[in-house]
Amino acid sequence: MNTQLLEARAIAKYFGGVTALRDVSLSIRQGEIYGLIGPNGAGKTTFFNVLTGLYHPDSGELIFNGEKLPASTPHLAARCGIARTFQNIRLFGNMTAMENVMVGRHVRTHAGVLGAVLRDRRTTREEAAIRRRAEELLNYVGIADRADDLARHLSYGDQRRLEIARALATDPKLLALDEPAAGMNGTETEGLRELIEGIRKDGITVLLIEHDVKLVMGLCDRVAVLDYGEKICEDIPVVVQKDPKVIEAYLGGSIA
Amino acid sequence: MMTLAHSLGAWRCDKRAAIAATIAMGLMLAAFPFMIGSALGNSWLRIVDFALLYIMLALGLNIVVGFAGLLDMGYIAFYAVGAYLYALLASPHFGLHLPVWLIIPAGAVLAGVFGVLLGAPTLRLRGDYLAIVTLGFGEIVRIFLNNLNAPVNITNGPQGVSGIDPIHLGGITLAKPLSILGFTISSLHAYYYFFLALALLIVFITIRLENSRIGRAWVAIREDEIAAKSCGINTRNIKLLAFTMGASFGGVAGGLFAGFQGFVSPESFNLMESVMVLCMVVLGGMGNIPGVILGGILLTILPEVFRHGAGPVQMALFGKILLDPEALRMLLFGLALIVVMLYRPAGLWPSTTRRREFRGESTTDALKEGE
Repeated sequence: MNTQLLEARAIAKYFGGVTALRDVSLSIRQGEIYGLIGPNGAGKTTFFNVLTGLYHPDSGELIFNGEKLPASTPHLAARCGIARTFQNIRLFGNMTAMENVMVGRHVRTHAGVLGAVLRDRRTTREEAAIRRRAEELLNYVGIADRADDLARHLSYGDQRRLEIARALATDPKLLALDEPAAGMNGTETEGLRELIEGIRKDGITVLLIEHDVKLVMGLCDRVAVLDYGEKICEDIPVVVQKDPKVIEAYLGGSIA
Repeated sequence: MMTLAHSLGAWRCDKRAAIAATIAMGLMLAAFPFMIGSALGNSWLRIVDFALLYIMLALGLNIVVGFAGLLDMGYIAFYAVGAYLYALLASPHFGLHLPVWLIIPAGAVLAGVFGVLLGAPTLRLRGDYLAIVTLGFGEIVRIFLNNLNAPVNITNGPQGVSGIDPIHLGGITLAKPLSILGFTISSLHAYYYFFLALALLIVFITIRLENSRIGRAWVAIREDEIAAKSCGINTRNIKLLAFTMGASFGGVAGGLFAGFQGFVSPESFNLMESVMVLCMVVLGGMGNIPGVILGGILLTILPEVFRHGAGPVQMALFGKILLDPEALRMLLFGLALIVVMLYRPAGLWPSTTRRREFRGESTTDALKEGE
């Protein structure tokens, strides 16, 4: 339970003169739900983008599952076992929900052009397995009845769920969720909490960026707080909540 | 052929009906050249043969534009590569007369290589920017063909290569009337069947690709490249694959064109041709195989109808020819394009998905429904 899954070592990222991340180091343990919070513009999403290979870090390195993670190659990050969702949902809008999840299986399957054209036994079997797994996952996140609808026609909450299903389809070791509860009402958030807990029970480590402090504090085993690109705190939720630096970051400087 | 493509797609739904439809379609396609030949004459049969070539081109471009969403304005360059390869390897120009079964696959491979050459430097580009670069690529190929006659004469420059061997399979040449089992079929009929066979093969390959892991990856890149990357799709390789596959279809069509025509020159591969093939894809219904086939047929036949029909119709109406049929042809063609884009923006035969997309069901409507 206590083995490291991800270790970020002094990650720094600059955009021109702006420091988005300054030597951020954190480590996520196997099987935990790890929260990453901070005020707007603190660098949470930037960290996500570095982690998933969309941005190239200016310095620092990521050790994932005991190996150095190749920088700025998103598809390799996915292959290594890091899956993500996006703050502004990024689904394949004109594909059905089912197809969206099937695309997620891409990285764990192998059929090439020849297999696709000839449809040999192996390809047919693989294709059937992809479909079966996609059905399972849609069922798992609770939108099996929308399987044949276009992703863009799903309700907002269902789109969030579909994005999680697509991420799970890549068989991740670490699932990184970027503000999954944004724009959700109370009931939807409650459903999401159950979903995330279920995912953790299945042995997948979860990294969660979230603004909903109640959700984060209730769900996460440990929380890190970013402010102006720096990690100011990392601990269990009750300690983080009382940390004066965190309170300052959220509520502004102290009166004294 | 459209019904055939359709029936292939619905194969599992109703096998018996599909088999019946396929047989009926097959018989119709087999009898088609005879009906055209006797009703309209050989010039129209020739146009039908060309329509088959354009269907192959449109299906190739559809992979790049329709599936992967990469706007390619220089597609005709691959057609040129295939055509010139055939012309140089089977004509008196170099004195080479290699067999067709060797040249056509070689044309597909070489065009595929050119596809990678075009794809590799443009991987980061999308939309308008990609369109401009590919447009330039198409022109570069044409200008090369135009100028590669000095210092070493490779392409024979603007005069083009003539006297190209007609397509011949084994000992049978398609250039002369064939007699099989007492039947005699003319050269144009023989070409029709040969082109039809290859067009069907390309339709088959495209359908199989569309419903595969690769096809889904192409569409995913079209829909959202960043999300596709994060799903583990190596977008570089998959995009290059789209360029290669699309280009190789163009290369096949080009080889057939050279053998059929007996003559190639750079003139045949100008920007207008690229635009024409792109129109077939967009007008027919981007990404939808039956739609693209329909687009290919219509845009080959319609300009010819205007060309042949404009003169007699004017004579009948006004007693004299007021407008040059050639000028009128482009005018009517432009009008037809505008009308289609106004009333059927998703194309004449869009995929079910695109149809829904254009029906005006916005995401907000869906949101209301969902909640």
